[in-house]
This record gives sequence, C-alpha cells and structure tokens, in this order.
Amino acid sequence: MATTTMQKNGIDFSVLTVGLFVGVFTLLALMVAAWSPDPLFNIHGWLSLVMCIVAILGICFWAANRKDGKLFDETQYEDTLIKWGVGVSMFWGVVGILVGFVIAMQLTFPSLLYFEEFGFLNFGRLRPLHTSAVIFAFGGNVLLATSFHVVQRTCRTRIAGGMWPWFVFWGYQAFIVLAATGYVMGVTAGREYAEPEWYVDLWLTVVWVAYLLVFLGTIWKRKEPHIYVANWFYLAFIVTIAMLHIVNNLAVPISPLSSQSVSLMAGVQDALTQWWYGHNAVGFFLTAGFLAIMYYYIPKRAERPVFSYRLSIVHFWALIFIYIWAGPHHLHYTALPQWAQTLGMTFSIMLWMPSWGGMINGLMTLSGAWDKLRTDPVIRMMVVSLAFYGMSTFEGPLMSVRAVNSLSHYTDWTIGHVHSGALGWVGFISFGALYCLAQWMWKRDRLYSANMVEWHFWTATIGIVLYICSMWVSGIMEGLMWRAYNEFGFLEYTFVETVEAKHISYIIRSLGGLLYLVGALIMSFNIYMTAKGKTRKGEEDHVHAPTNDGIPARAEAVPAE
Amino acid sequence: MSEHDKDVDAATGVETTGHEWDGIRELNNPLPRWWLYIFYITIVWAVVYWIFMPAWPALPGMGTNTPGIRNHSDRALVAESIDALRSARAENGAALIEASVEDILADQDLRQFAMAAGESAFGDNCATCHGAGGRGAPGYPTLADDVWLWGGGLDEIQHTITYGVRQENMESRFSMMPAFGRDQVLSAEEITNVAHYVRTLSGLEEPSDASIAGQEVYEWNCVACHGEAGTGDQLQGAPDLTDRDWLYGSDMATVQATIYNPRNSAMPAWGERLDETTVKALAVYVYALSGSEG
Repeated sequence: MATTTMQKNGIDFSVLTVGLFVGVFTLLALMVAAWSPDPLFNIHGWLSLVMCIVAILGICFWAANRKDGKLFDETQYEDTLIKWGVGVSMFWGVVGILVGFVIAMQLTFPSLLYFEEFGFLNFGRLRPLHTSAVIFAFGGNVLLATSFHVVQRTCRTRIAGGMWPWFVFWGYQAFIVLAATGYVMGVTAGREYAEPEWYVDLWLTVVWVAYLLVFLGTIWKRKEPHIYVANWFYLAFIVTIAMLHIVNNLAVPISPLSSQSVSLMAGVQDALTQWWYGHNAVGFFLTAGFLAIMYYYIPKRAERPVFSYRLSIVHFWALIFIYIWAGPHHLHYTALPQWAQTLGMTFSIMLWMPSWGGMINGLMTLSGAWDKLRTDPVIRMMVVSLAFYGMSTFEGPLMSVRAVNSLSHYTDWTIGHVHSGALGWVGFISFGALYCLAQWMWKRDRLYSANMVEWHFWTATIGIVLYICSMWVSGIMEGLMWRAYNEFGFLEYTFVETVEAKHISYIIRSLGGLLYLVGALIMSFNIYMTAKGKTRKGEEDHVHAPTNDGIPARAEAVPAE
Repeated sequence: MSEHDKDVDAATGVETTGHEWDGIRELNNPLPRWWLYIFYITIVWAVVYWIFMPAWPALPGMGTNTPGIRNHSDRALVAESIDALRSARAENGAALIEASVEDILADQDLRQFAMAAGESAFGDNCATCHGAGGRGAPGYPTLADDVWLWGGGLDEIQHTITYGVRQENMESRFSMMPAFGRDQVLSAEEITNVAHYVRTLSGLEEPSDASIAGQEVYEWNCVACHGEAGTGDQLQGAPDLTDRDWLYGSDMATVQATIYNPRNSAMPAWGERLDETTVKALAVYVYALSGSEG
C-alpha cells in the first residue's frame, strides 16, 4: 500500500485500489438497500450508497482536474488533507459540545425539554450522540489531522499511500455519519462508547487498518534516523484502539440483512470486556493520542527542546503497560471477583506517575521560555491543558481506590472527573493544536486575532471550573445522601430527594457547558478568518512564522552513532 | 554518541540527545527523582496490597485466585452486615406485625421504628405515584387527607397495600365502573346531564334544567354504587361524590370523560414484593399521614 511510485500519466495504483474498494462497498450498500427487511438497516443502506457514489464521483472529478499530471507530489507534504481535518474537527467539536449542552439542560429541566412527538431528540438518544461526537468525531478527527501532520513533519516525508490517507479521512467521516444517524434512529449495540452496531464496527475496522498501514508506511519511508516520541504515542494509540475495538465488539449479527447483533460475551465477562475497552479508550484514545499531540505542538510552538528524552521513554512504556490493566476499577463492588477488583485498583495507583511523566515533560519543556505563557495565549492554553491533565490523572487513581469509589461511584463526581479530563485536557490541547495548524497549514504570519484566543481561553476555563466544581459538589452530596441511614438502619433519603437536591448544581453545570460552547464558537470564527487570510485590526503582535512549507533536504540526515 | 555532535541547549545548559525532528530537539535530562521515587512507592504499595488481599488468578489446581493474608471477601462482609441488620430489626419487626393501632401508639420505640421503616419504603416505592409525603397527583389518590376509597383504618390500608387495586389475586381491591358512553349505555346528552348533576352534589355548580334531567339518569344508573346521596361506598370502592376530593379532576370535561370511559386505574399488590413487616410499616406510615378514620 505504501506506494512510492509516482506516475506522471495514467492511473495511480492507490487511486485504483481505493476506487475498487469503494466499488465493493457500493455493491454491499446496494444489496442492503435493496434486500434488507429491517427498515433502519435499509435507511443506512441507502445512506451508504449515497456516500459511496459521492466518493466515486469525487475521485473522478479530482483525477480529471489534475492538470499537471502529478497526482501525489512526493516533494511536498500532504497538507490539503490536514486543512480538511481542521475544518471537520471544528465542525464536529461545535456539534458535540452543543449536544452536550442540550442534554445538560434536559437533565436540569426535564419537562421543559422533553419532546413527546420527537423521541429521537430525548436524552436517551442524544447522550450517546454527545459522547461519540466529542470523543470520536471531534477527538478522532483532531487525532487524524494532527497525526498526519506530525508524522510527515517528523519523518520528513510525504504521507504514504497516495490516496489511502484520503480514504482513511473520508471513511472515518462516513463512520461518524452512520454511527450518529444510527443513535438517533435507535440503532445501538448498547455498549458504552461503542454503541454502533456490527456493520458500522466492521466498517470502522476497515478504516482503522488502513490508518495503521498508512501511518506505518510513512514511518517506514522516513528520512530521519530515529522515530520521534510523538509517533510512538500515535502508534500505540492506533494499534491498541484496533485491538480494543475488535475484541469489545465481537458479536453475531441476527442475519446479514439485520442491523441487530448479539454480543459474544455475557454477564460479568461482558461487563469486564466493556470496561477493559472503555477504560483503555480513555487511556489510548484520550491520553496516548493527545500526549502525542502534546509532544509535537508544545515544543514546536514554544521553540524549546523536549525536557527529557529518558522520561519520555520510561513514562511511555510504563503508561502503555500499566494502563491496560486498570479497567476493572469501573466494576468495584459488583459481581466482578474481588481479585480482579484488586488488580484494577492497584494498577490504577501505579499508573499515577507514568501519567504524570507526560505532564512533567510537557511543562518542563517550557523552561527557558516561560515568558511565552504571557505573550502567547495558544501556549497558555496547552499548558493549562497539562494542568488539567495532571489534575484528572491524580483524581483518577484516587477514585479507583475502593473506599473512595464506594462514595464516588455512580455519582456526578464521575461525570465531573471525566469532564475535567475531556474539557480541560483533551479539549484544550486540541484547541492549541488547531490554532497552530490554522496558522501553519494556511501559511499565515499570525492568527486572525490573538485577543479572541484570550477570550476563548477565559470563557472555556471559567466554563470548566463551573462544570467540575458543580459536579464535585453534587456528586459528593448525592453519594453521602445515598449512604445516609437513620438510627434503625433505614435509608434516610429517597432516590428522588437526591435528584432534587442536585438541581442547583445542574444549572451551574449547564452554564459551564454553555461558556465552553461559546469558547468553541469563538475559536471556529477565529480559525475561519485565519484561513481566509484576514487579520483583526490593531493586532500586530504574536507573530509566529510558518516553518514547514516543503520537505527540507537536510544534508546531515545520516543516522547518529 | 561521539564528541563532535555534542549539542548543548543554551538556555538551560543541558546537553541534548543530538536528535532533531522538524526543529525539535530533546534534552538529556535525567528522570526527576521525586517522580521516580513516588513511582517506586506506588509499586511497593501495590505489591503489599497483593500480599494482603485476593489479587492474582492462581495456577491450575490452586483454587481460583491468591487469597491474600486477609482472605478478604466483600460478598461475605455484606452478607454478614445484612444478617446483623436483620437480627437487630427482628424484635421490632415481629412485634410490629402483631401490633394494633393502640399497641403502636402506646410503644414509642415501636412507633418510631414503624415510621422510620415506613417512610423509607414509601419514598422508594410509593412516592413515584402518590408523591412525596402522599400529596397525590391526578389519577393517584392523595394519602395525606381523610378521603378514602377503600377505607382508612390501619387494617384496611394494610389490606389495600398487600393485595393492591384491580390485581389478579382474589383478595385484591376490585371495582369496575361501567363505560357508560363507550358501551352505549347512556347517550351523549344523558352523560352531559348526569355530569352536571354530579357536580351539583359537591356544590361545584347550581342546579339547572340539565342537572335536574341528570338526576333521573343518576337514580337509574349510579345509585347502586355511589349511593342515593352520592356519598359513595368504601366496601365497593365507590368514591364519595359529595366531597371536594376528585381523583381525576372535577371540571365538566373530566367528569364527562370519566363517565364515558372510566379509567379504573390499578395499584400493584405490594405483598408480593415487600416483606410483611415492611407492608405493615407502610400501613402505619400512611395511616399517620392521614391522621384519620379508624
């Protein structure tokens, strides 16, 4: 697949294979559209058919318009794809955060935002839409775009596979569309953070294997003697997600023409598989993947060397070896055997320092450039993301301790914990990378407005603080209320009283989410204007020249001894 | 690394590894000591924890897992504390089942026990429909008043809770108002007239031609259950129509709708789900809410 031959005339091998591939899926989609008796699967068949036809037409028009006869110029980086990645990341980010705000309001004012006639707009359908939109649509696209950017720059070569990276990118968007439309229609496998049904899972597997091969192919043809640390993390993320995705979604379809399937696992084995997946989705998607982003964009933006090569090696291997064990801490005090709970908890505690290794390496990279916290709001955003990363990776091991978990489990504390990681760490490091990419990919001297980055930074930061503080308060409160007994050993509070008591916290949480959404909108506007080449009047500071147009031919690119 | 490519970072004075990617270099700093030592401590702590607690799957033939020195089992502990709670409640619980209203009033300890148990069980089982504190909702009787469909004595309440309303068991409270409209027993005009008449019984409206015409319909169709004066009959579960308490609403449209197609709502037989002591405690709690008959 990693074709390096570039033909001046005629059809490129990668275009041919992608075209054939899409052709096969067009036929499959047609069969589903024509024959499936399952109305929802039928809709997805038609939808897939439309997407396949659009893809084939797109390939034809694109190839017809290559006037110079060069399909893939090996002397240039593939940056158009990354520009697309920046665009869709912002789009899905705003959608995902908006849906999050809507469901926060539905929890706060249940009768106000309950739609009798439009069931697909109610909490049960929108909740997986929110989680998947922010994790997989927003986070996933940020990871795709940044990994394609970083692997090219740090391997000093064009991305491998010709048209295949484009297949990965658009194939991933098709996955998102199928998953999201499935959720609102009620097509769900009912597995948390893995709700898509079997056929969407299979499609993602195809896309993901292509992603892995494109990424490996690029590393294979690198012109640098060593593999940069960010690429270790990207690779760990891609490989582990492939494994997790396949094992967690092992299922038998009711029939090839039915959208429904039955999980291969049952009972506590199934629960443990789901949390083995769920926790490592956090570990390898939201931690390893975004640490990769951190390892490129922070040193690049700060123009400082990475703090410690040794720390990056040790914390990398410690992180990936220990993380994979920690899933059972989601099943404390359940039917899961005691010994498995012990392992989950102790490995979570041992995970604390390996997680912090990334934070230390990122923060200390600023040694010698701390002044940039003041002058460059993009740097500040990424540094604050590391602070939130440090906080939530301390909170995580703390909550995995069984005694703490007996209070925190099933409460809003968990929601707050997730969001300090999601909004603070994943969100902010992504926003930082997107600001960098907007400037570098469109080759602008400066962003449209640095002041708007300041506004984004502060609205989003206040939003996060409101969110996590209100969830701490309501989580600990409800945890204490649930375990309150009167003198005869009867429960002091009814469940509905604990729900009522959270109302104020829910209002504050919604407000926090709204502020975060406003920040994301400010960023989208800023990046859009930057891409258009505009500069806001009166802002001449924060110049950061692009440094990576073509592929530099460095003479000293010989292996170090 | 050979001498000639030794590269020192000017700002920190630390040597780099000599690698460079897209302008990014790496300093050759050692691992921060505090980081390393805390990492070691967490590992030691984990090992110690494994020694004391069940931790690792065992080799074949050696049981399911390493039991640890403490051989700790949450499941056993929970079973123990449930047993302890049961035995602590046993005396009061047994006494409560046998107790009459007078017994409970006389024994302060028993009364507190019954009220605590009743309140707790009510909140998670009954409040969903009857509202917190039994305040009721349309279709769900208010329990914190003196109006009773099936009787408000302790025994009657306990019976209703145990066997439910319109359930399949033989002891269940059961009444069935005919669907006068749906089954075409009465015409639309007759239903309108009798609705007017019923509303005059509780003074919701003044007598009129319609209500006078309705009175005749009432006497032919309703008297058997709701009584001559409309005061109802608790033995049959027929509501009192002369009071201000309306299960589904007292406006004209609701009354008409009820006569056209009565709702005949149901309540589960809680005796099938809750133990005898809990049902008795619920009866005491609901009885106390109404502070009523009996």
